Amino acid sequence: MIPPSFTYARATSVDEALALAAEHGEDAKFLAGGQSLLPLMKLRFAAPSMLIDLGRVTELSYVRDEGTYVAIGALTRHHDVVHAEVLAADIPLLAAAAETVGDPQIRHRGTIGGSAAHADAAADLPATLLALDATFVVKGPDGTRSVPAAEFFKGIFETALEPGELLTEIQVPKPASPAAWSYQKFNKRAIDFAIVGVAVQGAGRHARVALVNMASTPLRATAVETALADGASVADAAQLAAEGTHAGSDIHASKAYREHLARVLTRRALEEAAARA
Amino acid sequence: MKVELTVNGKDVTADVEDRTLLVHFLRDVADLTATNVGCDTTSCGACTVLLDGESVKSCTVLAAQADGRAVTTLEGLADDGEMHPVQRAFHEEHGLQCGYCTPGMVMAIVSLLKENPSPSEAEVRRGLEGNICRCTGYHNIVKAALAAAASSDMGASQ
Repeated sequence: MIPPSFTYARATSVDEALALAAEHGEDAKFLAGGQSLLPLMKLRFAAPSMLIDLGRVTELSYVRDEGTYVAIGALTRHHDVVHAEVLAADIPLLAAAAETVGDPQIRHRGTIGGSAAHADAAADLPATLLALDATFVVKGPDGTRSVPAAEFFKGIFETALEPGELLTEIQVPKPASPAAWSYQKFNKRAIDFAIVGVAVQGAGRHARVALVNMASTPLRATAVETALADGASVADAAQLAAEGTHAGSDIHASKAYREHLARVLTRRALEEAAARA
Repeated sequence: MKVELTVNGKDVTADVEDRTLLVHFLRDVADLTATNVGCDTTSCGACTVLLDGESVKSCTVLAAQADGRAVTTLEGLADDGEMHPVQRAFHEEHGLQCGYCTPGMVMAIVSLLKENPSPSEAEVRRGLEGNICRCTGYHNIVKAALAAAASSDMGASQ
């Protein structure tokens, strides 16, 4: 399969990328690692008239310790997130979730910002960043703004990014108990997307729980978190994992099976996070 | 657009459509056909090559994205007619049946061993998650990867 025709443009800096986007309007799309966008284009689910390649915008590839949080450039590859020492020490959930993305070849190309901006509810990192209360730094023609994760994911493949805006950095606060984490991913074959996934950061009353592939966006399991905060047991709280979700049925799993998985995986994740804490 | 790659140490320059995928550039322009197109959907790994020394799926990289960079295909592994240790290990361990996945498997293992020169069996299996063998020949492929890692000359080449 070959993607539909487009014009290729290459940016070497953030400013150049924004200028190209402003010049070419909504039909232009940013290309990061391309591991989601190029497959979609081959299937004709996307047909932008121009791709603005960000592959040489090296200024957006970094993992920096900023004291209370870690700043990750949007073009940092999954491979580099997996191997970042500061994340291994302070936010192991993020490094572990990144290691479950695709396969080694995909992790050599795909980027954290590309995954977040693509906003696939079935992807590992959007839900993980939601569980970690990350902040997304967005640059556009009118300047820079910060969007909390809770407001970033809007709908199916839809984010708070406006046309012409570029996600430049993801800021992840260091959790109080970094070791209290778990990422549960249920799929049939190694490289498949999660049928359901659960990211947990924290233990006891302070656990934060986010669900993969249980709605059109990644989702916090609010009912579970509230029950835990009120002192419910892990087993009782996990029973609420499907509340407020809108799981779909497809060839891989029915809605009822996904809801069952959400409850089981949430219990496992909470137990594992508590055991690691 | 004009794309200029270093493929197996040689410059290959061509004027291609913007949408040209790296795998087609390698097969149709550079005339290097060891790299196979399998699933064409970033799943099977048959098209795995090294881009600046790291494994990538060349069906999901634009030739334009690789412009100015170095690509290594299976044809570039042998040194003056002498098989690369991973190639030799595939030969000795019979790490193939039909052979279709083999070029991608070999390149994925070369990249894996560069990052982790002494992997455990579990690490090899995880490292090959992006490569599918439909003959179900994984057992000998994993044996070949471990044999290559154990061979003393692995460090010298690649």
